[in-house]
Amino acid sequence: MTHPPKGGSAPPGRGTPTVPSVPAQPGPPLPPGGSPVHRGGSGAGPSAPPVPGAAPRRTAWAEGTDRLRAAATTEPGRLRIIGAVLALLVVAFGAVTAWQMTERSAAADNVLHSSQPLSASAADIYRSLADANTAASSGFLAGGQESQETRDRYERDIRTAAAKLITAANSSEAGSSAATTISQLNELLPQYKGLIERARANNRQGYPLGGAYLRYANDKMQNEMLPKAQQLYKNENQRLNADYADAKPYPWAAIALGLVALAALAWAQRRNYRRTNRVLNQGMAAATAASLVVLLWLTVGHTFARSGLDESYDHGVRSLNVLHDAQIASLKARGNENLTLVSRGAETKTLPDKTTMDLYDYNFDRDMKSLTRGLAVAAGLADDSAGEKPVQAATAGMEVWKQRHKEARKADNAGDYQLALDRVIGSPDKKPTGECFDVVDKNLGIALTHEQDEFQRAAGDGLGAMTGLPAGAAVLAVLAAAGAVLGIGRRLSEYR
Amino acid sequence: MNARRLRASLRGWGGVGAMALACVTALVLALMLPDSARGDGSTGVGGPGLARGTQARAEDCTDPQNQSLAPSGADGTTIDAIKNRKDRRLIVGVDQNSYHWGYRDPNNPKAGGDLEGFDIDLVHAIAKDILGDENAVQFRAIPTSQRIPAIQSGQVDMVVRTMTITCDRLQQVAFSAPYFKTGQQVLAPVSSGITGYDKSLAGKRICSAAKSTANDRLTADRKTGKPAPSSVVLPPVPNQLDCLVRLQLGEADAVVTDGALAASQAAQDPTVELKGDTFTTEYYGVAMKRGAEDLVRRVNHVLADYRKDGWRQSYDKWLAPTLGPDSPSEDPPPAVYGRTA
Repeated sequence: MTHPPKGGSAPPGRGTPTVPSVPAQPGPPLPPGGSPVHRGGSGAGPSAPPVPGAAPRRTAWAEGTDRLRAAATTEPGRLRIIGAVLALLVVAFGAVTAWQMTERSAAADNVLHSSQPLSASAADIYRSLADANTAASSGFLAGGQESQETRDRYERDIRTAAAKLITAANSSEAGSSAATTISQLNELLPQYKGLIERARANNRQGYPLGGAYLRYANDKMQNEMLPKAQQLYKNENQRLNADYADAKPYPWAAIALGLVALAALAWAQRRNYRRTNRVLNQGMAAATAASLVVLLWLTVGHTFARSGLDESYDHGVRSLNVLHDAQIASLKARGNENLTLVSRGAETKTLPDKTTMDLYDYNFDRDMKSLTRGLAVAAGLADDSAGEKPVQAATAGMEVWKQRHKEARKADNAGDYQLALDRVIGSPDKKPTGECFDVVDKNLGIALTHEQDEFQRAAGDGLGAMTGLPAGAAVLAVLAAAGAVLGIGRRLSEYR
Repeated sequence: MNARRLRASLRGWGGVGAMALACVTALVLALMLPDSARGDGSTGVGGPGLARGTQARAEDCTDPQNQSLAPSGADGTTIDAIKNRKDRRLIVGVDQNSYHWGYRDPNNPKAGGDLEGFDIDLVHAIAKDILGDENAVQFRAIPTSQRIPAIQSGQVDMVVRTMTITCDRLQQVAFSAPYFKTGQQVLAPVSSGITGYDKSLAGKRICSAAKSTANDRLTADRKTGKPAPSSVVLPPVPNQLDCLVRLQLGEADAVVTDGALAASQAAQDPTVELKGDTFTTEYYGVAMKRGAEDLVRRVNHVLADYRKDGWRQSYDKWLAPTLGPDSPSEDPPPAVYGRTA
């Protein structure tokens, strides 16, 4: 009644009726019999007894503080209070540690098993859509000689995009902006496919209308679908970043509480030593050791986890983002290069200086610039040879691509359409730009796989460093609390 | 909204009533609204002024198709320059996307498919006359909007690309005598109730290409409530062929373009047809740089022969099937050489 349950249950020995023990000393303080030095007390003694009939009814709080104040006048009372406070601190430390680390560990788990896979999945949607558009234009340029390979690639891309859209839909909250974007993409995808089939059918008939359909489909893809897919990808990346932000901060509250608990334990033991000259109180020593273990485990474990997560972000996520963007840029550039030959001047773009360029050639230049930038950043981020090699190979491929593209444009501008066509989609002996695009695409794929592995490994390490920490902290804290209470209880039993 | 509609209706050739209404509106707007609205009022006043300007120019330019130079087979500085090229070819701006006019058949068994069509046949005839080889041509695909800049900058020697001879264009380039007569025409699904450029277009969405004569005409006619007050002129598309895409997708109900190009669209889709007669008369000419007089005369010389031999075969091959009998285009237009120097 008078003490918190822990204090009440603290003395293991029976026959310590706590309640009567306090009011049992109303008169002049008993001579300190077996008790060692009796200090303090500050003479508040006489006023302590609650006069039964004085104030008819007081609040529980006032009554409690009075009792506490009364208890603080005697050593056993003080010990009880100390015991209770120690146990409370240690348990709180354990609880906060368990809580904070559960949160961080869950966030890290999300990074590894939920938000990053979703981000990768959104990147796949984005990439497959861009890839499908590129494959469609390549197939269109080849006309009746469209290769099975291009056709398959297009079909596979559409299937991938459709399948991943379902995954993304399942993991998005109903009514969220991501869900809206996904449903819009789901509506646009069959429309796009219909346009491509119309383009194909007309092209097979030899009608230039096919080219107009392809431009229309390309327009839908580049101006409506890809921006939405990019938005989705950005949303997922935001979620990923939020999970990182939840997993990484130091658990300051737990660390601070741990320090306070340890300080309290140290003070209690010092006090014990001063009063009894006994060096070791086993219970409290055990509690100190357990708390120290929790604190060390917490600090070291989280530091390791943090560095793992940092690494997974710096060498995984950042590289992945840059490489994804580069791959999309290369796909768009390739699509625009094809479209330049399909459109044959049907659409133009007027530059600020009033000169006019073919719209698709203009877009090609723009995409190539962003590919160049992306590859430069990716080269800077790659931290090992396995990551550097494919980026270097892709950069080399891109340089050749630019060179060959110039030649293809020159041929087309000079009116030699067939040569231009050969330089873009021709067989390898014609030195087509398609070859260079394949080099870039393949190597970016290798780099992406490598960085994905890097990410998995580093983030897995990070998550691993937190394994068992919440549960371990909780168990150890309970043990430490028990130790503290036992230690105090031992001292308390000396007063009987 | 209302103000804009009013302004649109008054900018054309509105009657006295419309002018009075405009004065009242302008006054009210000027009194009620700050500077921005007054700016609007001034453009409204500028409208009739501009219209008067074109009218004035149209007065000294009638029948632009009859403003070319007399034919001559002689060489001159321009032709000499072409003949002395390292790459001894004629550089011609053409269309690659107009079915039966200038286009590339992807299924042509010849490697990659050369360009073919009515315009292309004419180009070959010109090259044969000037350079003695009908294949001494470098074809450049140029977009509609680039026809005049390409000539002016010297990128191409000439443009043979369904290009209408107009008074405005005569200020910028030189034209040959006309080689084809056509006019704006309506293209719509066979089953639609549309009968031509008339009230049957009420409530219909009309498609046209950017910077085309069709789009100019539609924009001007909207102000006078033609072809029908409730007709909707869709935002122009980059290429006339894009209109057929819109039509097939149900995003447009009718297309207005040159009858010749409308026929080229109809040739790609049997469910659409030309509706009604041409409601304007236009002539296609070969466009060249201003000042290249020897080249203009030479092309007119080629055309004079071509009308007698070549034109008919080409027309029958490419255009007769879709333009049908009794088309205003079925004979080569007569050449009148109205310009002396």
